[in-house]
Amino acid sequence: MNNNFLNIGILTWMTFIPVVGMIAVLLVPKEQKTTIRWISLGATIVQLIFSVIIYTNFDRSLAGVNNAATMQFVERYSWIDIKSVEWFGRIHIEYFLGIDGISVPMVLLTALISFVAVLSSWSIEKSIKGYFALLLLLDTGMMGVFVSLDFFLFYVFWEIMLLPMYFLIGIWGGPRREYAAIKFFIYTLFGSVLMLLVLIALYFSVSIPDASTGELVHTFDMIAMMNPANYEANSLLFGLNTSWRYIAYVGLFIGFAIKVPIFPFHTWLPDAHVEAPTAISVILAGVLLKMGTYGLMRVAMPIFPDAAIYYLYPLAFLGFINIVYGALCAMAQTDFKKLIAYSSVSHMGIVLLGMAALNTQGMIGAMFQMFNHGTITAMLFLIVGVIYDRTHTRGLNDFGGLMNQMPKYSAIMVIAFFAALGLPGLSGFVSEVFSFLGAFQTFRWITIASTLGIVLTAGYMLWTLQRVFLGELPEKWKSLTDINNRELIMLVPLAIIVILLGVYPTPILDLMNASANELVDFIKGENNLTILGQ
Amino acid sequence: MLEQVYNSLQFIKPELILVGTLLVSIIVDLIFKNKKVVVAFVILGLVLSFYYLTFLNSINQLIFFNMYAIDPFAYFFKIFLLVATIGIVLFSVLSKEISDLKSREGEFYYFLVALTIGMFLMTSSTNLIMMYLAIELTSLTSYMLAGFMKEEKSSSEASLKYVLYGAFSSGMMLYGISIIYGLTGSFDLLAINMAIADGVSSLALLISTVLMFVGFGYKISAVPFHFWTPDVYEGSPISVTTILSVASKAAGFSMLMRTAKIMFIDPYAAPTVNDWQIIDSVPIVEILTILSVLTMTLGNLVAIWQSNLKRLLAYSSIAHAGYLLLGVLTMNNEGYSATLIYFVTYLFMNVGAFLIVMLVSNKLNSSDIDSYKGLGMKSPFIGVMFALFLISLTGLPPTAGFVGKLYIFAALVNKKLILLAVIGVLNSVVSLYYYVRIFRNMFLRESDIETPEIKLSLAEKLLILVFAIPTIGLGLYFAPLVEFAHASVEIFSGN
Repeated sequence: MNNNFLNIGILTWMTFIPVVGMIAVLLVPKEQKTTIRWISLGATIVQLIFSVIIYTNFDRSLAGVNNAATMQFVERYSWIDIKSVEWFGRIHIEYFLGIDGISVPMVLLTALISFVAVLSSWSIEKSIKGYFALLLLLDTGMMGVFVSLDFFLFYVFWEIMLLPMYFLIGIWGGPRREYAAIKFFIYTLFGSVLMLLVLIALYFSVSIPDASTGELVHTFDMIAMMNPANYEANSLLFGLNTSWRYIAYVGLFIGFAIKVPIFPFHTWLPDAHVEAPTAISVILAGVLLKMGTYGLMRVAMPIFPDAAIYYLYPLAFLGFINIVYGALCAMAQTDFKKLIAYSSVSHMGIVLLGMAALNTQGMIGAMFQMFNHGTITAMLFLIVGVIYDRTHTRGLNDFGGLMNQMPKYSAIMVIAFFAALGLPGLSGFVSEVFSFLGAFQTFRWITIASTLGIVLTAGYMLWTLQRVFLGELPEKWKSLTDINNRELIMLVPLAIIVILLGVYPTPILDLMNASANELVDFIKGENNLTILGQ
Repeated sequence: MLEQVYNSLQFIKPELILVGTLLVSIIVDLIFKNKKVVVAFVILGLVLSFYYLTFLNSINQLIFFNMYAIDPFAYFFKIFLLVATIGIVLFSVLSKEISDLKSREGEFYYFLVALTIGMFLMTSSTNLIMMYLAIELTSLTSYMLAGFMKEEKSSSEASLKYVLYGAFSSGMMLYGISIIYGLTGSFDLLAINMAIADGVSSLALLISTVLMFVGFGYKISAVPFHFWTPDVYEGSPISVTTILSVASKAAGFSMLMRTAKIMFIDPYAAPTVNDWQIIDSVPIVEILTILSVLTMTLGNLVAIWQSNLKRLLAYSSIAHAGYLLLGVLTMNNEGYSATLIYFVTYLFMNVGAFLIVMLVSNKLNSSDIDSYKGLGMKSPFIGVMFALFLISLTGLPPTAGFVGKLYIFAALVNKKLILLAVIGVLNSVVSLYYYVRIFRNMFLRESDIETPEIKLSLAEKLLILVFAIPTIGLGLYFAPLVEFAHASVEIFSGN
């Protein structure tokens, strides 16, 4: 399989094309606004083209997860190699990229959402150069997280996102942008410093023999960390089911939970969403939240399978809280964006529940839900953006009867809303069914209780539709124009994906099937060893 | 006896060159009206000293009757001090405060050289009297530098406060030294170490150790000996503030680390690979732990409330001393090397940050955080560079500051001091809050008053880049730095 282009691997292209775009944007004089927009769009289109290449060339039969040999599009170079001294072993950090079924849907999603986000930023006028430069840097950070297999590299990309996000919310956001931006920054940094400590502890515990000399080398290779045989005896995280391993898992978990966000770490999300400009809300909901659950699947659970199983029940329970609490909060909102923000909390709960089921249906449901939530919520935020651009209000009670005034817009919005509430025939339904089916086998009562969330979701979604589209059209909105072509270009592809995957989900399910199976088997298998007294 | 002195001379060429530079510069200053000539001589002397220093990289021995150590550890710090001093000389050339001194401008530079000599002596001394003299030499020069703008009330006030605190703590230290002499009958660190290992009154030893730490704590501005720091940093010329926060702190740390390692490590214990065996009777680790936790927490918390950038950076530098102490208190090679790594990253990011503050205050005559409103939008180069230095000070990747923090926390985790590591990382989250206040003013807020765009000359931009490039470069590729630090933890300890 040819995974090079101009002798540089495709994943490197995917990750760093936005940086190239960023540099180009910075070199253009700030008066040439159109050029800046087109360069940014160009960068994301190239990224999208590469993602199509990945989609077509990806071998669906290879599982990846804990096996470096079945990772695809692998690029592996030595980055930092520090010689050993008498009292300190050799340090090896690699530039190690690769994807498997867990990451491919996320990579595709990131490319798609970045493209949509650039399109939806077309109307930004304030310091446009800085805006697009930061947006592209953010894109690099997100893509990097999904393709890194070296924990150090993963962490660097994870942190690179923070600063652009801070500025994008803080400079281009709404009235309370400063508060929202700093809250986002501090919450996320709090999570990631805990992750840093676990990263360090893992690093000292894991060592693998060097291929040529046989010398033991400490490594940040995530795949090596998944193999219990690589843990040095008497190191901090050696063994299975030790309290240090539980603590380390919880540390990682908090880091990822803040990103998801899992109750009770969710309070930054509504603030950030409400204040962020539309494109940033789209990225936030579409991609950033997925990093949390992706991190759990890619890092926390496979590296600490024993702890993951130990904390399975709490995870499912947190999923339940997210689903029901998020839905209840959403119901109480009168701000359109806040409503969607809480609906995200609720929908991410389904991912957690599916993951906690620890069977193939549940895992596939969770992974698929991540993808679907990305597309559906992106649509929802774009829809809010469209109406906000025209009316400068997001108050749900300010609208009414828009159906006749904006028919095309209403059609799109109905698709998005029904997808979000899980109507059969749209993509949200498939992933929710998988997640709940999987979870029902493992956690009967929690799952039954969680289905309450579906009813609540239907409730607030339909109520919102009613408030916005039906009833009397207020006098002041009589002159509203319908959705324009640029807005259609960003919404229609998403709508098509949502419908297509609702009717025929195989294209995406195929990608993750092998990996989901492998991930579940791997996590469960580890525990069997301990039961057998290993 | 004379032969010993004569043989020792070859090892202190860098110091001798500095002394020569000092003397020559004084004469040059008297002859030439144009003070840039003095600057040229000073830089020449520093570079020459650097050149001769590089010959000493692998030597590990005591000279001058065991008073002075030439070892990789001292080598590291001397390189560090020379780089810092050269940087600060260039920095001062661009400073309006310094060039406004007119006829006294030359003096400023040769005092810098005198300060460097004092700091060199601090890094190498292995004898308590020698150490005391080195501290005094450094301190006296610092007092003069802090009060260098004698027409300014704040500068004189800074100098006076510095003198008072300095005199007090050096008195305490001297008292500690005298007790140790009474206990052990020696000023030589190695001899003291043997005497302590053989057993001395632990109460007296504790008291004398604490008293000595007052002196060190003052030099590195550790809490609760930090009270002079904010006022002195605020009142002194920014160039001087920068030296005090980087070079003088480094010299203090090198002395603290040397003393801690030589005096308190059990000479009878079997040699170990990484961890050192500490003599039971001295709670050195506990003392360092308390100092460290207090220093970083207080530094960070108080920094939140500051509205003057010089003060804010003063508290931030106190906090950084706390992180550095985390590396020291592990009392092993790994922690010591982490401290060295941290120092190098700290040099670039902290001098860089002060450089921006200096350049902005050249133009706006203010270091107030409010005067930075809208600055990032008006002068994007300054804004972005300042943001880079601040991110690095917070410790986010991919900057040098992250690498420094990474190694400090790694040393703690490896020693299973998880709680301290958690306190450390939480502190860095707190520190984010006040660094972000500066970004916020630069980029998120509009200026209330009409401020001019700040135009930088080419030299000013280049000097910023001199600090900015390592700040990002060491974040992306840090292997040489780590290897240098690993090679430099070897402290001469008699065996």
